Amino acid sequence: MSTTLQSYFLNFWSRLTTTWRLLNRNRAGFIGFWAVVFFLLLAYVGPLVLPVNMAENVNQIYQPPSWHHLLGTDNEGRDILSETILGGGGVISVSLLAAAISTFIAITFGALAAFAGGRTDHIILGITDIILTIPQFPLLAVLAGYVHLSNAAELAALLGLLSWPTLLRAVRAEVLSLREQDFVQSARGSDLGTGHIIFREILPNMFAYIAINFIIGITNAMYAQVGLIFLGLVPLAQANWGVMLSIAWTQGAAFFSGSLSYILSPVLAIALFQLALITFNRSLEEIFNPRLRTEG
Amino acid sequence: MSVVRSTIQQILHRPTVQRESLWRRVAQNYVIKRIVRSIFIVYIVTSMTFFLDRLMPGSPIQVYVNNLVAQYGIAYDRAVQMAAALFTINLKEPLLVQYGQYMIDLLHGNLGMSLLSQGTKVSTMILQYLPWTLFSVTISLFASFIIGVLLGMYMAYRRETWFDHILSTLSSVFHSVPNYLTAIMIIVLFGVQLKWFQVGQMRGDLSSGVVPSFNLQFVGDALYHAVLPIITYVLTTAGTWALTMRSSTIRTLGEDYVLVARSRGLTDRRIALAYVGRNSILPLFAQFTIAVGFVVGGSVLIEQIFVYQGIGWVLGQAINQRDYPVMQGVFLIITLSVVVANLLADLIYIKLDPRIRTQD
Repeated sequence: MSTTLQSYFLNFWSRLTTTWRLLNRNRAGFIGFWAVVFFLLLAYVGPLVLPVNMAENVNQIYQPPSWHHLLGTDNEGRDILSETILGGGGVISVSLLAAAISTFIAITFGALAAFAGGRTDHIILGITDIILTIPQFPLLAVLAGYVHLSNAAELAALLGLLSWPTLLRAVRAEVLSLREQDFVQSARGSDLGTGHIIFREILPNMFAYIAINFIIGITNAMYAQVGLIFLGLVPLAQANWGVMLSIAWTQGAAFFSGSLSYILSPVLAIALFQLALITFNRSLEEIFNPRLRTEG
Repeated sequence: MSVVRSTIQQILHRPTVQRESLWRRVAQNYVIKRIVRSIFIVYIVTSMTFFLDRLMPGSPIQVYVNNLVAQYGIAYDRAVQMAAALFTINLKEPLLVQYGQYMIDLLHGNLGMSLLSQGTKVSTMILQYLPWTLFSVTISLFASFIIGVLLGMYMAYRRETWFDHILSTLSSVFHSVPNYLTAIMIIVLFGVQLKWFQVGQMRGDLSSGVVPSFNLQFVGDALYHAVLPIITYVLTTAGTWALTMRSSTIRTLGEDYVLVARSRGLTDRRIALAYVGRNSILPLFAQFTIAVGFVVGGSVLIEQIFVYQGIGWVLGQAINQRDYPVMQGVFLIITLSVVVANLLADLIYIKLDPRIRTQD
């Protein structure tokens, strides 16, 4: 048994190193990857390591950037840089959780649809179709209006209803095609359970595609999350990029030239993080699918 | 005589052509299937709002009724009646009757009444605000499609030049950044900092004092107020069209018939229009679904940012204030619009591309 596990990990490790090598050669991927790492470090390690001061100081409202406050102060005198550093963790964590939920739903029900076939397959495909057609953000906003969200986990669960349709279809297609192949037939012949087949035979083949879809899930979740916060549907907790954006907007920081930093900091933080994720994701796509590499 | 007889015999004993029954052929017809599917989706959405209204713990109707009884001292029966007028769901009837009544009301166009704007029918509100969103969204979709397609083709013909690289990068950037952030940046950078336009004047659908009528002043004013949302929609979606068109054109350029056309001596322009362009556009129709959903979905936030009073803005306000009948009515109309738009795009696509017509 240990040799199988060993070979499993060795295979995974060699693929990881190959990916790393290709990523370094691709310039966009390189920038994207390190930008993502930068934001993750800023959001999760930053609060522990960097000096963050969230004290209000009504004598220093809307101060321009200075050595004391690198990004200036907000409408209550707080340091914007500190708010930006502290604000990433919440948003990113919720997005990660939502993407994980999405991926889990997609894999489970996609494989189920492919294995069960018939009625179940039809029903699952029907639901997928409906979710794909209904405009996603209004649907989420309306649902958030009914279900009064009280904590981050509920928010993540709601957001998890977003991105699973495309991945579900892909998983279902893959499982359907692999179902007839030899190695699955032999696994079935050896009387190994369905779970074994999914996890040991099919998923490793799809790992790249799942990873790419996971990152797309993160971007979708972040888009919807900040949108919901902006509409005022999520109970406010301070120091969160979305909340910062919402407060800055309702305080009219966009219309006053002195408060430029307050409105731009969350906007740029969110926008740049999304950009980094998508750039990194695109280069992953190019690496895993050589046909997508820009050919003349 | 025998000719007549043998003819009659031939008719009577002819081998029957094996045709599928009419029912089966109807059921397999792609167009009918699509239409049925669209109706089904709308039906599911209406049932979903019924479910959310009525059967969820903390159902809004129950809360409303309890509120009327507790705060205003209204008798329970009377409160239920009032709620029934607003939500089109009468709590006193059995569940199935409620459901049936709800659906019938819907088909008659009765979407209930607003909780907060006393006495306003939801359908009235929708009719008042929907045209503005249709106006801006339709213009945006057409503009971004045309711009995207033209840019995409040009990028494909000039691939790997600096023009191609810059536009591809710009397209990706504008696609990745959330559209409402682009909207905020337009206001902050071009309106407030660079002062290219007066932000205050561009709010709303119309300037005050302008009366809706079919004259140039009205249309010009409406366009003036819609231009910022339109620019935002176009900026964030044209790039995607361009990139898809680019890759589709590159693929088409590699096809044999293009080579044959060139060798036949046709001008580049004719090839581009008649051969390459026509065939490259086809895959874009599949993207139309996503684009419509994206633009309509984004309108909820973008209209709020630009204070453009369309249906997206109404939905945002209603959700914020928990005005449930308005929420559901607008959501239903939004879904209906998207479903109809997708159906139209699908049907046009079927007309355009004979390859995907299933045999009948």
